[in-house]
Amino acid sequence: MTTPSLVLELKQVCKHFPGVKALQDVDLRLFAGEVHALLGENGAGKSTLVKVMTGALAKSSGDIYFNGQNCSFASPAAAQQAGISTVYQEVNLLPNLSVAQNLFLGHEPRRFGLIQHQKMQQQAQQLLLRFKLNIDVTAPLAQYSVAVQQLIAIARGVAMSAKVLVLDEPTASLDSSEVQMLFDVMRQLREQGVAIVFITHFLDQVYQISDRITVLRNGSKVGEYLAADLPRSRLIEAMLGKELQQLTHQAATTTPAVAEPLLVLNNIAVKGSISGVSLTVAQGQAVGLAGLLGSGRTEVCRAVYGVDALSQGEIQFGGKTLRLQQPADAIKAGIALCPEERKTEGIIGPLSIRENIMLALQARRGWWRYLPVKQQQQLAAFYIDKLQIATPDADKPIEQLSGGNQQKVILARWLAINPQLLILDEPTRGIDIGAHAEILLLIKSLCQQGMSLLVTSSELEELVAFAGKVVVLRDRQKVTELSGDTMTAPHIMQAIAEG
Amino acid sequence: MKQTQSCADSLQQARLARYSPGSIKASARYLWPLAALMLLLAVNLLLDASFFQLSFQDGRLYGSLIDILNRSAPVALLAIGMSLVIATGGIDLSVGAVMAIAGAVCANLLLQTELPLALVIAAGLATGIAAGLINGTLVSYLKIQPIVATLLLMVAGRGVAQLINQGQIVTFLRPDFAWLGTGSWLGLPLPIWLVIGMFALSQLLLRRTALGLFIEAVGCNATASRYLGVNDKAIKLFVYAFAGFCAALAGMISAADIQGSDANNAGLWLELDAILAVVIGGAVLSGGRFSLLLSVIGVLIIQSLSTTIIVSGVPAKFNLLIKALVVLLVLLLQSDKFRRQLSSWLPKLRKWRKGDKA
Ligand SMILES: Nc1ncnc2c1ncn2[C@@H]1O[C@H](COP(=O)(O)OP(=O)(O)OP(=O)(O)O)[C@@H](O)[C@H]1O
Ligand SMILES: [Mg+2]
Repeated sequence: MTTPSLVLELKQVCKHFPGVKALQDVDLRLFAGEVHALLGENGAGKSTLVKVMTGALAKSSGDIYFNGQNCSFASPAAAQQAGISTVYQEVNLLPNLSVAQNLFLGHEPRRFGLIQHQKMQQQAQQLLLRFKLNIDVTAPLAQYSVAVQQLIAIARGVAMSAKVLVLDEPTASLDSSEVQMLFDVMRQLREQGVAIVFITHFLDQVYQISDRITVLRNGSKVGEYLAADLPRSRLIEAMLGKELQQLTHQAATTTPAVAEPLLVLNNIAVKGSISGVSLTVAQGQAVGLAGLLGSGRTEVCRAVYGVDALSQGEIQFGGKTLRLQQPADAIKAGIALCPEERKTEGIIGPLSIRENIMLALQARRGWWRYLPVKQQQQLAAFYIDKLQIATPDADKPIEQLSGGNQQKVILARWLAINPQLLILDEPTRGIDIGAHAEILLLIKSLCQQGMSLLVTSSELEELVAFAGKVVVLRDRQKVTELSGDTMTAPHIMQAIAEG
Repeated sequence: MKQTQSCADSLQQARLARYSPGSIKASARYLWPLAALMLLLAVNLLLDASFFQLSFQDGRLYGSLIDILNRSAPVALLAIGMSLVIATGGIDLSVGAVMAIAGAVCANLLLQTELPLALVIAAGLATGIAAGLINGTLVSYLKIQPIVATLLLMVAGRGVAQLINQGQIVTFLRPDFAWLGTGSWLGLPLPIWLVIGMFALSQLLLRRTALGLFIEAVGCNATASRYLGVNDKAIKLFVYAFAGFCAALAGMISAADIQGSDANNAGLWLELDAILAVVIGGAVLSGGRFSLLLSVIGVLIIQSLSTTIIVSGVPAKFNLLIKALVVLLVLLLQSDKFRRQLSSWLPKLRKWRKGDKA
């Protein structure tokens, strides 16, 4: 084997934002035909490094060498031209354009200068089939779920990747089968000599696919390792700067047999999506929703929360039938939903962390009884500490936080109102291993105090860890319910696959 | 155990060393609009040495500054309402026409009935709120784009005012109503007091309750706001009604000023000045944070600019062009990107000059 050539090299790169040294003297070496994992806690600087490397952000100082030449890209388009394609953490597509247009934006197949729509659609269809995605490519992108959008963004990156492909948390909202598909594609590209940067918080995935690992902590590089030489425990230590506190995984919360049912879904359907879903959540019980992408998990959550109107069936809550026009009605009844789409349905970008945390509480209090600023600050300080949100102060706009830290803020928002039923749609999406266990523990303790939970997660292990019952969905219908001994990851997987 | 403790401590310190808090100041937003205003006032002083002089006659202050404040009153009221509409990501083109309607309603009531002053004012304000509710309903419940929805009333509203006036210019003789536009209290013209009062009330209403925060939340991300329990439709309805209220007040001041209602000209094009003022104050049209103070500063900039142009003796035909250029400059100065570009040019400029000399 010849020594692989160095494609991209970063030397002593710094990036300072007002008030934050996001990157300090970071080095990175990227070789042709390797998968290079970039790891670190939430806020370590991974996304910033990617943005600096690909021209989305200007570096403060340092050098970037591409194919041995010192260069820095003025924009992502310039990097693209040079052969570096990137899928950023926050999916950056145009919701109103069609899937095909999104896939080929900027390099549409043309003849005599005119876009060949037919050809573009055919190519789009083929490209998506690589990811086993058989969808209408002429429909607007906004119609599809985050996971599908994520796959489309990846497909776009893959289609254009000539020399370097950068993937910032591509697997955050994907199920294991889609992750495997992605890995297959990544392996093919690696064979072809493409260098791939891969960011994730799932260490299993790191060891499955990557050849080399660079770890960042607090904006500085901790080290570069060969994946084969780095045991998991040392990797965790490098990321956190200390050993991971062993949190004993207790058995799933056992609910008292006589617990009153809190939420009863009676054969509910929503026009154009789910149909015939029935399930019960008891007081203080955690129920998991499992299923593939597009199986209707998110849609069930939305229906219970009053986002989509029911076309059939009824929702009973605490013995009463609910008529939900909008989420505010659900909140009034004692239901809260932490949504899956962080950027469009979760964060209110320009508002501060403090305001993002207190808003749901305020909305429930009504506009007249303004929560005193002092109490807002206490609330924010409490959750910043509790959920380890990495920020210099609570008055920073939430959009300046790293993705995982934004997720923690949204979670804090819903914990703050202490609802009777908390619906969590992918609650730990993008959260690092240090905070992950902490958050699971927190949710569990809430459950023990009597809060009921309805949780979706593409991580089956996570579901099994704290759900008392798992409901499996397929093709927007309920397939089965598992609890007790049958509720294990393999069983659920089987149910998802076969029904 | 102790060792892990100190390890955690040093980790914590490493984390803190990365952050230097308090480097982003909210007050920075006020810098450029205030600087622009100061600059304009200074230019005025250069052109006219008596610009800052105030005199006290018949229990009222007189002077160029007072004139500027007094003349900007209607637009300032419009801008207060417009700030909220723009904060939700909307726009209200109809406020000028609503001024005309409110003026017409009041003028006709004054001419044809013997209603007490309070009722006439109440009727005028109610007209404004009703107009605003129509706009708000179209925008929030029928989901018509704000610019289209309010364009309807912008065009139709003036027609309604003409119908009320039956195509005439309606004049009235009621000193008590006229006092709204021409009177004075504690040395200041009444329109200035009305603006101060409206400003203070709005500020209380918006910042001492959660209303202001809700408006900003809806403007930044309406979907997320709805998800967390804010009734985004009600908020939108409110801001248009509020803008209608402000417009009605402005309309009554102009009607009182000329003691009559001219449906064709009352408030004509003032909606554009109000929008411009809000934008000069640093608001983004796509919605988000608002500051009533900055919007009012924006109004003062526009008004001082008009005065400067008149005082400077530039031929009248250049007025609009100069106004547009200065506004453009203010907007450019507010843009971070432009300032960065400017500061990257400066060293080059210096180098170039040095090279010249050498
Ligand atoms: N536009 C910005 N303005 C100010 N600070 C920023 C900005 N973008 C990022 N930061 C800060 O830079 C640091 C690094 O953020 P970055 O997004 O790179 O983290 P990350 O490693 O990708 O984390 P995650 O795993 O949560 O995605 C964070 O402290 C963040 O608050
Ligand atoms: Mg990131």
